[in-house]
Amino acid sequence: MLKVENLYHAFNRRTILEDINFSVEKGQLCGLFGPNGSGKTTLFQCCLGFIRPDKGMIRFLDKDIRKLTIRETAQHVAYVPQHHTQPFPFQVEEMVLMGRTPHMRGFYKPAKKDQAAARTAMERVGISNLAREPFDILSGGQQQLVLIARAIAQGTDMIFLDEPTSALDFRNQTLVWKALRQIADQGTGILACSHDPNHVAWFCDTTVVLGSPGLVAKGDPSKVFSQQLMDEIYKGACEVSHAMDLKIILPSGLTRHPAEAAGC
Amino acid sequence: MKLNGKALLLKLDFLKQNKTAGLTGLALLVAGTACFCMGTGAKYIPAAMVGKTIFSHISGFWDGSDISPLYHTIIWKIRTPRALLAIMTGVCLASSGAVFQGCFKNPLVEPYILGTSSGAAFGAALGIMFPSFFMSVQMLAFAFAFLAVGLAYTMARTRGETPLVNLILSGIITGSIFTALVGIVKYLARDEALREIVFWLMGGFYYAGWTDVSLMLPVALVGFLILWSHGWKLNILSMGDKEARALGIDPEKNKFILISLSTLMTAAAVSSVGIIPWVGLMIPHAARLIFGPDHRVVLPASALLGALYLLICDTIARTLTQTEIPVGIITSLIGAPYLFFLVRTRGQRM
Repeated sequence: MLKVENLYHAFNRRTILEDINFSVEKGQLCGLFGPNGSGKTTLFQCCLGFIRPDKGMIRFLDKDIRKLTIRETAQHVAYVPQHHTQPFPFQVEEMVLMGRTPHMRGFYKPAKKDQAAARTAMERVGISNLAREPFDILSGGQQQLVLIARAIAQGTDMIFLDEPTSALDFRNQTLVWKALRQIADQGTGILACSHDPNHVAWFCDTTVVLGSPGLVAKGDPSKVFSQQLMDEIYKGACEVSHAMDLKIILPSGLTRHPAEAAGC
Repeated sequence: MKLNGKALLLKLDFLKQNKTAGLTGLALLVAGTACFCMGTGAKYIPAAMVGKTIFSHISGFWDGSDISPLYHTIIWKIRTPRALLAIMTGVCLASSGAVFQGCFKNPLVEPYILGTSSGAAFGAALGIMFPSFFMSVQMLAFAFAFLAVGLAYTMARTRGETPLVNLILSGIITGSIFTALVGIVKYLARDEALREIVFWLMGGFYYAGWTDVSLMLPVALVGFLILWSHGWKLNILSMGDKEARALGIDPEKNKFILISLSTLMTAAAVSSVGIIPWVGLMIPHAARLIFGPDHRVVLPASALLGALYLLICDTIARTLTQTEIPVGIITSLIGAPYLFFLVRTRGQRM
């Protein structure tokens, strides 16, 4: 569905992306992952058409994104920002309805089917009860769900999320990732940036790991995430362990609290 | 105070659900207020008579010969163009204020932010100081208003994009340059010209006539309709450039169209009536408070409220004392406490 081939990009003469190749298929939840400064955001913005890569090809459903207009791109890919500040108190319903914009024509008057799509999207992430609430008073987790509902309402083949859970508490992180898992299972391709290797290990089908510069590993996280890989990208800061049949990444040298260990 | 604000918001919720009814009511209110305001003044004329006189002029089949010629002169030659000019200025300033606030994602932006007012002020000051110049005061003001915004926009543009921070900064820069230039003109001007410049800067509808109306009507009407047709896009633009792009709206193209059109409208208003503050800043706030943030409603509501506000302020300006007070003073004196009220009650939610 999304196919990235031989992508190169440099910024201020520093190579950020080098020879990136990967693809995301229908129904896959792909975690894009790597340390700070490894080019996650740049790759992300290239895929969305916000910046034009120096070399290489990005395709959606075999169409070159350089040949798509802004409107056509928006019909193929939806984008969920990491954080959204809203200066005006739009209601949740209105925010979700805005996702229908690439399908509206003329004076952009939302039609019955747009309203219906917005309602379905809100039901799918379980925020129908918030429809009339102003977006700006919601909690961080609820706001993220609204933005995801907007992306669903956009009715695209793919959804890109920029660190969807970076500002959320533990419960909301799980809630958002589970929602993403469910959306992917219903046939949408998802590419999500994350800083937390555990999220990728627990929820994603496939992963793209970036080091600097270039691709370090890709594929099923349960196979890809090895002690060697973690040592390479995090310089020995963490250990790969197991819980149930999942991998779990722990900080290395973790001991119990020193005060308790000393028997105080 | 806090409780009152809440009760007010509850009452206003009715209008958030019934937007068409609210807008129609507002339009009727503007028409009624216009009739009342045209009756008020040095010579009081009942509103019904005002309506009758205007009707006799716009309907082709009745010449209103039983109305006194004095009424014809006062209503049709003096007060009607003045009221129309106030309405159109209100429409231009308030709707372009709403557009600027939407484009800049910032509810504290006003249409003068890119230097329109200081540019116009310099143009007008030049025109007043050199009356023999081939362009009129109005045209000079208009030309310099556009020049200032053009400068600000060009300065802000880097690598095919116009980031908001750049735009605001370059607006401040051009604004201060032209303010300094106005200072030079004021310093060099003779007493008479200086007095005239100062009066122009405070804004007013003193010399309103049918020529001004015919010059401004197309700009106000066509400009407003195009802005209104971009209402939904403005909602999307207020999400920020990246999200707008991802939602299929080209931010650069649409912001350019909207900003140039609002600049045109602001410049047309400023060049014919001078610098009238506060309308473009606070009226869109009032519109959002009443009708919610959807720009498809905020734009017409701002236009109507702006018209209403300027009609009332101008009537106060010309009737409060023996001589006329510049209307800019009235709009600020009434506007500032209102914004204070807004800031205090907004703490809960707007």
